[in-house]
Order: sequence, then C-alpha cells, then structure tokens
Amino acid sequence: MNLPIEQTNPQNWYLVLSTILFSIGVMGVLMRRNALIILMCIELMLNSVNLLLVSFSAYAGNTEGQVFVFFIMVVAAAEVAVGLALLVSIYRNIGTTDIDILSKLKW
Amino acid sequence: MDNFLALTKLITPASLVALFPLLGFFVTSLFGKSLKHASGWIASGMILLSFICSLFLFLNLPTGASLNFNLLEWMKWGNITLSFGILIDPLSLVMLLVITGIGFLIHLYSIGYMHHDEGFSRFFAYLNLFIFFMLILVLGNSYLVMFIGWEGVGLCSYLLIGFWFKNDAYNDAAKKAFIMNRIGDLGFLLGIFFMLFYFGGLDFLTVNEAIKAYPINNIIIVAVTLLLFVGAMGKSAQIPLYTWLPDAMAGPTPVSALIHAATMVTAGIYMICRSNLLFAMAPHTLEVVMWVGVATSIFAAIIGIKQNDIKKVLAYSTVSQLGLMFAALGMGAFESGMFHVVTHAFFKALLFLGAGSVIHAMGGEQDVRQMGGLWKYIRITSMTFLIGTIAISGIPPLAGFFSKDEILAAAYNSHKEVWVLLSISSMITAFYMFRVFFLTFSNSFRGTEEQKHHIHESPWTMTVPLSILAILAAIAGFWGLPAVTGQTHLFSAYLKPVFEGSKAILGEAHEADHATELMLMGIAVLAAAISFGVAWKFYISSKIVPEPDSETKGFAKWVANKFYIDELYDNVIVKPMMVISDILFVLIDKLVVDLVVMATAWIVGFTGRTLRLVQTGNAGFYLFAMVIGMMILMFIQLVY
Repeated sequence: MNLPIEQTNPQNWYLVLSTILFSIGVMGVLMRRNALIILMCIELMLNSVNLLLVSFSAYAGNTEGQVFVFFIMVVAAAEVAVGLALLVSIYRNIGTTDIDILSKLKW
Repeated sequence: MDNFLALTKLITPASLVALFPLLGFFVTSLFGKSLKHASGWIASGMILLSFICSLFLFLNLPTGASLNFNLLEWMKWGNITLSFGILIDPLSLVMLLVITGIGFLIHLYSIGYMHHDEGFSRFFAYLNLFIFFMLILVLGNSYLVMFIGWEGVGLCSYLLIGFWFKNDAYNDAAKKAFIMNRIGDLGFLLGIFFMLFYFGGLDFLTVNEAIKAYPINNIIIVAVTLLLFVGAMGKSAQIPLYTWLPDAMAGPTPVSALIHAATMVTAGIYMICRSNLLFAMAPHTLEVVMWVGVATSIFAAIIGIKQNDIKKVLAYSTVSQLGLMFAALGMGAFESGMFHVVTHAFFKALLFLGAGSVIHAMGGEQDVRQMGGLWKYIRITSMTFLIGTIAISGIPPLAGFFSKDEILAAAYNSHKEVWVLLSISSMITAFYMFRVFFLTFSNSFRGTEEQKHHIHESPWTMTVPLSILAILAAIAGFWGLPAVTGQTHLFSAYLKPVFEGSKAILGEAHEADHATELMLMGIAVLAAAISFGVAWKFYISSKIVPEPDSETKGFAKWVANKFYIDELYDNVIVKPMMVISDILFVLIDKLVVDLVVMATAWIVGFTGRTLRLVQTGNAGFYLFAMVIGMMILMFIQLVY
C-alpha cells in the first residue's frame, strides 16, 4: 500500500537547490579542462535532476518519479563505467586527460 | 452434344502443348551446366511431347468444330474483359503441327550441329523458349495473347541471332533484327489499340462479331488492317522492313532454318489468315498486301541471283517466298497462302539444314565459290539438298510445285499482271537455287586442301532430320492436289471452316477451266525447266564460278550489293537519327540533365566543405556548442 510521503520542506527549496547543482555542473563542464572533472560534473547534473524528480514525486504523492530515478542511476552507473574505462585507456596511451590536448579527431 | 464431350476432352492436351517447351526451357537453362549434352535430348524430347499433343488434337478435333476456352480472366475494366485463352481450330492446328514437327526435327539436328559449341545448353534453352512463344502466338484466342507470343518470338530471334555474342557483327545483326521488328510491332500494337477502342475487345470472336456492323472498306477497318499488316511486314520481312532477315543469318544455321525460314517469319501470314474476315472487309488493304508481296517477291529474287553466301541466297529466297505468300493473301487466296507456308516450311527448313550440313562439312565455310564437287563426299546432304532445290523450283511432283501453282493460278484468275510478275519471280527462284546447287555440289572442289581433308558427312542426328524433311518436301504437295486431277484438295477442305466468312464477302474465286489450269502448269514447269537449263549451261557446261567481289561491275554490282538498300537506310534513317541523338545529347543531356545533377552534387559538396570547419577537434568547444544549443531549445520551448 502506497502512503503519500509527507514533505517537510517547501518544494521551492528543492527547486532552488537542484538548479544550483545543475548550474554548477554546467559551469564545470564548460570551464574545466580535465576530462575526469567534466565527467564528474555530468554526474552532478544528472543527480540534480534526480533530486528534482524525487522531490516532485513526494510533492505529487506518487512513487513513479522515484522508480524513474532508480533507472537513471542504473544507466548513469553504466555510463560512468564506460566513461572511466575510456579515460583510463586514454591516459595510458597519451598521458593526459586534458581535453585541449585531446583534439586529434577533426577534419 | 457429342462434339461438346469430344471438345472437353481436348482441353487438357491443348493447355499442355505449350507447357512442355516452357518446362524444357526452365530445365535446360537452370541445370544446363550439369546436364551438358543431355540438355539437347531433354529439349528435343519436350518438343516431341508437344508434337504428340498436337497430333492428338489433330486427330481428335471433330470436323468443322473449334475449341475456344479461356484459361484466366486477365484484365477487366468497364465492360471490356481481356482474357488469356486458347483457340484450337484447323488453322492453328496446321501451324501447331508444322511448328512442333519441324521444331522437333531441327532440335534433333541441332544436337549434332551444335555438339562442339560451348553454349550447347543455352542454345537449347533459347530454342525451347522460342517454340513456347511460337505456340502461344498460334494458340492464342485473342490479339493480345498473339501479341505476347509475337513479342516473345522476337526476343528469342534476337537472342539466337546474337547467339555467338562475342562477334560484334553478329550482335549488330541481332540488334538490327530486333529494331526492325519493333517498327512492325508498333504497327501491330497500334492496331490492337484501335481494335480495343472501336470493337470493344480483342478476342477473335468479339472482333469478328463487331466488324459486321461496319461497311466494306470502312476507314477504321482499313486503318486497323493496315496497322496489322505493318506488324506482319516487320515479322515476315516484307519491303520495306525486310533487310533484317538476310542479316539474321548470323545465327547458327538451325536457327535460320527454324526461326527465319519455317516458323517465325510465317507468323505474319498466320496473323493475316487469322484475321481473314477483317482483311476481307478491307479490299483496299488486300490490294496493298498483294502489291507489297509481289514487289518483295521479285525484288528479293533478283538480289538472290548474285549472292555467294549459301545462307544469304536461302535468306533472300525466303524473303521472296514470303512475298509470294503475301501476294496470295492479297488476292484473297488465304488457303493457298497457308498451303505454301506449310510446303515452304518443309523445303526451306530442309534447304537450310542442308546448307548447315554443308557448312559443317566445310568447317564453317559459307562461300559457294570455295565449295564445288561436294556431291562425291557428302551424298545424303547432296541428295536431300537436291530434293529441296527441285521442290522450291516448282518442278512436279514435289511439294513446291503444287502450292506455287495454286498461287499462280489464283493470280491468273484475278490479276493477270501479278501472274506475270510472280511467274518471273519463281523463274528467278528456280535459277538461283540451281545455281547454288551446282556451285556447291558439282564440278570439282575449289577450296583449300585443308578443307578438302576435313570434309565429312554429318552424324545421324543431322542426316535423319534431313531425310525426313526431304520425304516431306517431296510428298507434302499431295495434300493439296489441283482440281484438274479430279481429287479433293485436302488442305483447303480442312481449312475451309476458317475462311468461310471471308469467302462469303470476297466471293468464291471463280475457278479457271481445266484447260487453262493445265496451261498454267505447263508454263510454270516450262519456266522452271528453262531456269534449270540456263543454270546448267552456266555452271555445269561452262563451269563459270562467280567472280570475286572486287571484280563485280555495273548492274551486277548493284545486285550483289543488294541495291544498296542497307546503305540507303543507313544514310536516310540511321545517320540522321545519330545526328539528332548527338544534338540532343549536347542540348538535353549535357545542358539540362547534367547541369541539374552536377549542381546538386556541387551544393552538397560546398555545404560539406564549409561546415566541416566547425569540426575543430576541440571537445571544449563541442560542449559549449551543445550547452548553447540546449539553451536555445529551452528558450524556444518557453516562448512557444
């Protein structure tokens, strides 16, 4: 039996928090040169969205949003595994993960 | 009621008769590689089965009856239904027997003739396909089905003329035949459209019923018949579309015998006989048919005199004989025309096969100037060739005499001037046929030592068909004895039901009295005898051998070069066509089509070249562009 989860904090707070987290993620992706950090920032963006989903799920009183978050986490885990493996391999071959140096793939 | 029962029993063999060759085609074409020489026997066996079916039909079809049934309803719109059906009547039976009978003999002959050819199975596949289409042509109960067969035999003719496709000249000959036939086919097709439009159907019954509403010489009927005749001109090699037939001799000799002498080229005559009611309603067209036939007959015969290629002589002789048949049709003597089709099929197939046997013996040599004295070496071939020559020359009692005499008598009774011209034409025919015979078989050998060493009689698969055809060419005439003998003309009696309608319109040709008939025969025989004598004088007594091509002069040179008709066509039609094509190539192809195509390619290329500059390889820039793009999308989402 699904009981509505009581939300103690106002919904606005969650909105603001996840917006801030998402923006930090975007800024990190745009400004940092280290591929590892960029990957982490992408994770941050993903998780800010997760937070938003969970909070709206509680706000609306149904669990679908939470289920959806689990799926995102699973996919994100797989993505991180692939991404990290690529980075490790790149680092072993080239000795760096700086995206300004990794610019061979072009016309 | 009995008739009905008897007819229903015939439906199965009538449907099967054309299927055997089709089956043979599939087997020999799909498994030809592994069957090797067995494919020849399979193909021949299939034709033999067809022949047996035809024979069964012939023996069991009740007198005066015809079997007409639809296999399937093909197209239907409005109140017009086109169906795929079969018609068995005396006319189609005669053709069936000729096609399958001679077809079988020629298949058998080909086993020997093509034995060393690498395309052995392919050859038999084509031959079987040809027989299939020819049977469809003859069996069809509507102009549409006939047209399918008509096109099919054209295709097979093309494939077989160009059978040795590694030779460019042969390929050109094949293309020429195909294109010439296309011109005729267009006429046929237009005729079909006219009929569909005005008569509301294409099967023979509907058309024959519909034309009863029209007066004689109505413009529509004249137009339709003229268009059909254009089709016949193409297929049966009449002036002006005859030039393809002599070139068609590029194909293997059995093909020349089967397709370009005995069966396919008579399709035009069959078609006119089949539409005899239609043509009888249009005496104007019949006049045209007759004069075209007469002109072709005499023109081709003259060209035949100066040809030195044994097959070319026979080819021009075929054109000439076909002209004779058309002249007969034009005079309304349909059954005489058909009778000549049958006898001609026998002796011309025989002559071609004999020529093939000679060529086989000579190791590919076709020039009669290189032959001579072959009588000693290849006796069976010589004997059978002699029988063919006598038959075609119209010397009694062989087949050609009776059928030719009938046509000449018909001409004498209706148009005296045509009779004179046709007599001259058959006199020339007798001359050049004996010329070829003497040059090939008498005197002494003129070829090289190597060829002389090579000469040998052909295997039994070749000599047996030759002998059978020789017997047929000798006795087939007795099927149609002239009235003077007091016997019934079995052939016209058999075909009578087919031509009853047209005879009623044209009026029964008034029979000449017996004295006139005997006189006509006498003149014909005398003419043939004179030709024989002249040929004997030239080529036996004086031992004249035709001069090399370079020494031919004056009129003879014109004749030897076929009156430069090919060159004329080349200059008047082919070359202007080429010039027009060249102009259109520059104007339309280069300027319009190419411009559009090239412009499209250039635009794509230009866009690609420009946009690829964005691909810097810098991942930071990509990320930036991505974020900006997403922001723009979100902005759009917000605004709209």
